[in-house]
Amino acid sequence: MHLAQLNIGRLSAPLDSPLSAGFADALEEINALADGAPGFVWRLVGEGGGDATSVRPYDDPDVLVNMSVWESRETLFDYVYRSAHMEYVRRRREWFQHLGEVISVLWWVPEGHVPTVAEAKERLEHLRAHGPSPEAFTFRKAFEPREAAT
Amino acid sequence: MALLQDPVRRRLYDHVAAQRHDVSRNEAAEAAGIQRTLAAFHLDKMVEGGLLDAVFRRPEGRSGPGAGRPAKYYRRAAGEFAVSLPPRDYVTAAEVLAEVVEKAGLDPSDAARAAGPVLGGRDLFEALAGRGYEPYEDGDALRLRNCPFHRLAEDFPPLVCGMNLALLEGVAAEAGREARMDPAPGRCCVALLKPMKIDI
Repeated sequence: MHLAQLNIGRLSAPLDSPLSAGFADALEEINALADGAPGFVWRLVGEGGGDATSVRPYDDPDVLVNMSVWESRETLFDYVYRSAHMEYVRRRREWFQHLGEVISVLWWVPEGHVPTVAEAKERLEHLRAHGPSPEAFTFRKAFEPREAAT
Repeated sequence: MALLQDPVRRRLYDHVAAQRHDVSRNEAAEAAGIQRTLAAFHLDKMVEGGLLDAVFRRPEGRSGPGAGRPAKYYRRAAGEFAVSLPPRDYVTAAEVLAEVVEKAGLDPSDAARAAGPVLGGRDLFEALAGRGYEPYEDGDALRLRNCPFHRLAEDFPPLVCGMNLALLEGVAAEAGREARMDPAPGRCCVALLKPMKIDI
């Protein structure tokens, strides 16, 4: 099994605004870092682009999504929090609003399965409604693939 | 902790814990200024007590037939010990508070800056060691082997690593360095860098 993740964020200013430049300008470098990171399998990319910023699947057009698939919880964790990516996580409030609800979800997928955005939104809703479970969980309360397979 | 009351043992432990490499009996004995057999006795006691881990391997540069049997090396145990008498549980309190802070989207930076270590006449290494960091030089950077907030940082990385960075900004500046987020697996997220020289 592979680990899929979705996280969402609501921009404080439009992506092409100077206020979002610190984030927008880093996208290429940070995505390249993911592509080359140990355990990386796949990430969502919008049509005709190199990143997922053009994918706006929520009614609120300012909500951006990140979606990717990794070989394990550890490889994803190391990329998100133990690489140059972390500096941008730390600075997230400069560009994204605090939403006061769960914005990040993990779930296991069969190897070779490419998750859809609709599937990912469902997982996030599941986590929000039921808390961490084998179907939809968090880094802090993670589940093993075999618990999810049943 | 009673294991470390003996000053000789304490010196051995401090030496092994401070090294980035596994430490042989000879090296530990030399560092503590005692005989090899006595060092071996104390080191093995600390392995039994879970403070150190022992590994067996051939000394560097020797392999193949005739290389001799593997020697015993020591490193600080990967496990974590917290001792307080009478019993206190700050970890649970920290986890509950961290959860609340994260949910509320609060930024701990200002409070952390005020709570950071200061040099106070010590050098930077001493000031950091006094707070449980284990600093080592890595080129121009001063890195920290130990994260004093390890368990909390694993559960709340942006919150705790951001707090840690703010804690160290002041003491870094005092010592003419800059605290920066520079994480990698297996080490603390903060590095204290020498300011970049700008040639004009």
